[in-house]
Amino acid sequence: MFKGGLKISAFKELSKEETIETFPCPEKVAIPLSQHTGLPAKPAVQKGDFVKEGQVIGEPAGFISSYVHSSISGKVTGIENRSLPNGKSSMSVIIESENGAEQDCPRPDIPEWQLLSPREITESVKQAGIVGMGGAAFPTFVKLMVPQGKKAEYVLLNGCECEPFLTADYRVMKENTDEVIEGLQIICKALSVQKAFIGIESNKKDLVKILQKALQNLKIPLDISLKILHERYPQGSEKHLIKSITGKEVPSLGLPIDIGCVVFNIQTALSIKRAVCGNLPLTERVLTVTGLVKTPKNLRVRIGTSVADILSHCGGILTDSRKLVIGGPMMGINITSPDVPVIKSTTGIIILPQDTRPGKEIKPCIRCSRCIDACPMNLVPAELGRYAENKNWQACKTLNVADCIECGCCSYICPSERPLVDLFKWAKAELRKNDSR
Amino acid sequence: MTAGNSSISREREEKMNEIRWAPHIKSKDSTPKIMYTVTIALLPAMLGSIYYFGPSVLKIILVCIGSCLLSEIFSKKLFGRTVSINDGSAVLTGLLFAFVLPPGIPLWIAALGSFIAIFLVKELFGGIGYNLFNPALAARSVLLTSFPLQMTRYIVPFSYRTDTITAATPLAVLKENASIQLPSLWDMFLGNRAGCIGETSTLLLLIGALLLLARRIITLHIPAAYILTVALLSYISGQNPTLQIMAGGLILGAFFMATDYVTSPLTNKGKIIFGIGCGIVTFLIRQKGGYPEGVAYSIIFMNMFVPLIDRYTLPRKFGMPQTKRE
Repeated sequence: MFKGGLKISAFKELSKEETIETFPCPEKVAIPLSQHTGLPAKPAVQKGDFVKEGQVIGEPAGFISSYVHSSISGKVTGIENRSLPNGKSSMSVIIESENGAEQDCPRPDIPEWQLLSPREITESVKQAGIVGMGGAAFPTFVKLMVPQGKKAEYVLLNGCECEPFLTADYRVMKENTDEVIEGLQIICKALSVQKAFIGIESNKKDLVKILQKALQNLKIPLDISLKILHERYPQGSEKHLIKSITGKEVPSLGLPIDIGCVVFNIQTALSIKRAVCGNLPLTERVLTVTGLVKTPKNLRVRIGTSVADILSHCGGILTDSRKLVIGGPMMGINITSPDVPVIKSTTGIIILPQDTRPGKEIKPCIRCSRCIDACPMNLVPAELGRYAENKNWQACKTLNVADCIECGCCSYICPSERPLVDLFKWAKAELRKNDSR
Repeated sequence: MTAGNSSISREREEKMNEIRWAPHIKSKDSTPKIMYTVTIALLPAMLGSIYYFGPSVLKIILVCIGSCLLSEIFSKKLFGRTVSINDGSAVLTGLLFAFVLPPGIPLWIAALGSFIAIFLVKELFGGIGYNLFNPALAARSVLLTSFPLQMTRYIVPFSYRTDTITAATPLAVLKENASIQLPSLWDMFLGNRAGCIGETSTLLLLIGALLLLARRIITLHIPAAYILTVALLSYISGQNPTLQIMAGGLILGAFFMATDYVTSPLTNKGKIIFGIGCGIVTFLIRQKGGYPEGVAYSIIFMNMFVPLIDRYTLPRKFGMPQTKRE
């Protein structure tokens, strides 16, 4: 258990029982070259080129970068700057599907993964353009390469999905159980680790039997244990998952590998399995479409599909006064136009009523200390908020604003509608500006 | 420091209206809701006071609440701040302030005190969230030094029905070692004793306190530390701890005054230190000081240490061995 956090009513029942539906192949996709943490990929195709599904259209521009593949077969009709669902924008390859185009690009046969070396596994993960699919989109092959002087002891598979509303990872664990577990074994092999944990929140207890059954048929000898954790946001935060399972704390501003842990998202494990066993690059993902849509769904969607198309596929939005949130309601981002593509890190599309967060009337802090009790990083949001409000960045630094994981607990609980997380993001950005000067 | 209403810069606010950052869902807690819950928690004791000291008490309470509201509107206009009386804090301050006045207080003194509480103690320091001292208690202290006679004129319960008879509070009786009979502990528990308007009934105050605890508006840290410290010190010095707890304003002070968010420490550790400090000062004033009662002064005294306590009780940050603050 970690200190702090919140119990938030989860709203997961809206889409929990919906089996994953495959979204039909779209006519047109816009595939951003920057969907990941790190440098944007360099385009590997030109306007007018014909591409096949799974073909590389972007190549890594540096060490921390990623391959990008086409998710449909068709013609490149342009490479232009497009808005992303994460609020940024990026050069994107626009592909329009062509009738009669060859559906698949040929893939060489690959040997059983048990026979591969860690290096070979890491290479095929890199070639498949796999990035963390829980939201951070950090290139996964980098995580599989343990830096010198560090040693990976535990692999943790993050099945918490602690954000309210989201059920995509839950459905994947339920429907693609064997593939996820095989992905976890491949990760362990790549990191030469013997001990792994799967962490799920107690609201997903029905998965226990299914997962335990899958754990009985491991392909390599491994010690994998299933941990049922408290339903407490942000249980799925990397640092808090590690704390809950191993009892260790990632050092301030450090990385999980500093204490021998490496954490992977459920869908990342699935993608790794498909890349290593089937030579399939990352061109699709499962996401939850929920909230005020006519029919909430869990959809398997090709990367680059327009959010607007997905919304109309789910029967459209129920109310005019709404806000569109990409990701979870606690950390996701509110965008104004649905004309953005799904990217590798898009975990959900949620339609919320406009008034869920009044926010207009920001009142002074009354020092009720609810935010302090809720902060899972043990910061003092109440004081930090006042300093940030007065642009006292140095005081924010002293009070460790850099440790804030932006989980949103403080803003959620604040009775004075103070936009605490926003203030901290602002303070962090200002401090980064100062540092780089 | 820019005081008063939120001073987030305009550019930022405009940007925030454009894109609403996470989180997109919100707890149902709000400042007015908290303030009105505390007000409701005080209602049993308020009804009790009308029962014991007569309908004139209700007049005092209404004058205090009304003057607090007017003073708040006046100060907000004076300082050019947005009037925010619907946050419920002025009503609560008015009620709490009436609770610490003697039942026979002249109405004009009550009105003046309300103005002091809101204008001098709260708004001059920046308004809600920025005051250093508990407004009701600070105003009471000002009045006690300014109008010592009127502020110590207590009356015998139910005497309003015939002729109002003045009486000493149990703590005053103890202090002077007078030969007057003390009310029984049971009467003190029910509230049948001389004292300030809202402080006499331990039972009715505890009912309200239970509501606050159940709704998690307050925690036990401050009241428990405060009351236990007073009880322990009384016991050691040969006093009757039960009497010390119920004879004065300790229950009202510990549950409703010392727990005031704005003027108490932020962390649980800090709250315990604050409660113990209040307990020690209360005990010292009662036993060694010139006044029979010390709850109001002790809380105000400890209010001064809140920034210091906050500074030295920062929580240990996640992933850090120890917290140091330069």
